[in-house]
Amino acid sequence: MSVESTSAPAVQEKKKEALFSKKNIRTLRDPLDDNNPITVQVLGICSALAVTVQVKPALIMAVGVIFVTAFSNLITSLLRNSIPNRVRIIVQLIIVATLVTIVDQVLKAYMFDVSKKLSVFVGLIITNCIVMGRLEAFALAQKPWPSFLDGVGNGVGYGIILVVVAIFRELFGAGTLMGYHVIPQWAYDHGYVNNGLMVLPPAALFVIGVYIWAQRSWNKKLVNVS
Amino acid sequence: MHSNSYTLLYAAAISVVTAVILAVTSEGLKPLQEANVALDTKKNILRSVRIASDDRATIEQTYNANVQEMVVNSAGEVVPDASAKAIRLKDQVNKTPGERLLPLYVYTGEAGKKYYVVPVYGVGLWGPIWGYVALEDDFNTVYGAFFDHKGETPGLGAEISEKPFQEQFQGKEILSDQDQFVSVHVVKPADKFDLGTEHRVDGISGGTITSRGVDAMLKNCIEPYLGYFESVKSSTGAVMPEPK
Repeated sequence: MSVESTSAPAVQEKKKEALFSKKNIRTLRDPLDDNNPITVQVLGICSALAVTVQVKPALIMAVGVIFVTAFSNLITSLLRNSIPNRVRIIVQLIIVATLVTIVDQVLKAYMFDVSKKLSVFVGLIITNCIVMGRLEAFALAQKPWPSFLDGVGNGVGYGIILVVVAIFRELFGAGTLMGYHVIPQWAYDHGYVNNGLMVLPPAALFVIGVYIWAQRSWNKKLVNVS
Repeated sequence: MHSNSYTLLYAAAISVVTAVILAVTSEGLKPLQEANVALDTKKNILRSVRIASDDRATIEQTYNANVQEMVVNSAGEVVPDASAKAIRLKDQVNKTPGERLLPLYVYTGEAGKKYYVVPVYGVGLWGPIWGYVALEDDFNTVYGAFFDHKGETPGLGAEISEKPFQEQFQGKEILSDQDQFVSVHVVKPADKFDLGTEHRVDGISGGTITSRGVDAMLKNCIEPYLGYFESVKSSTGAVMPEPK
């Protein structure tokens, strides 16, 4: 946290805002539910379909995306006054690509199995609309600390959906969670069968669809949005 | 509005800075990554002889104790001074069979039974596919097979790296009754097929191009080894040429 607090530009601020002021908390919390990047903004769907067959890769993917959104937001925000407007997209892209490559390399070095499962999808974080979307919409116009929070929030918002979808898909598709058998053997003995559809990408679409439906019925703010 | 020269300089500077960061990361993590790839190769070779383990120590131990690496050529000779590890299959498979260096892994199982693991490499739909095919010591029966891929479509072509597809290969035969090489064919279930069922496995619905890739890969990569297999067969009883 030392990085963020030192990076907050204090010069133009008259009264220093608290690190976790109400506004900052909202920045962090909004993307989790009210403004979730996947279910409300419907961004970053493709990777949500692809890496949610099992919980473990989904978790790792979520951590990767949180890292990328948080730090690309932070770095872009730090550079926001110096970035030439005409090449800003390219500059953002370089920042994002660098972070994603670092994530990819680290996964290959420390979590080879997971990195094989995620294969191209780690690299595709670069093209994840959430990342560039937050840079353009938030980080370019905001101070570093709120930008960082916004990045974390959006990454976590994405991750929640990923993990929830993965829990459903792994449980019903393979009868396991995190690789451990959850559905007892006697269920299989009595004729229970794993649902093969849950392993295929379309199942993620159904699960996300049901999630959006459920979310819109409990969260009244979302009625008539989009 | 920033000036042109500022924009250019800014772009150049950020490129250089990120390039340095990435170079340092890549160099720093390389030893770990290479160790992972080497371990993965060993694990996959063991998979082809039906030994599945995810434990690093078990893999290393089993592999080092039971697997012998060697390099042969299509004339059936053992190539001395060649290391199976150093050979990049990608460079070999496009040469004419006579020019290829052929890595071979010999697994000695319980009771001294030998299995010959042939590495295979080819192309799928989106990128390379590869694998290991283990033959029993009659040089005909497939004991097991393992396949993997770089970027085949999940659920379709990527199924070649799943057990159900690979298990189909167990017990198949690469030689016809006349001892001619016919390979194991990956065919669509509906296709007409003249050879017996011992030479066919079912392709993957929706993964036709990948299935054909496996088919072509097997034919291309196993055939050159026949020379060596013949020479081992004809020297039965005699001491096997001592591999390096």
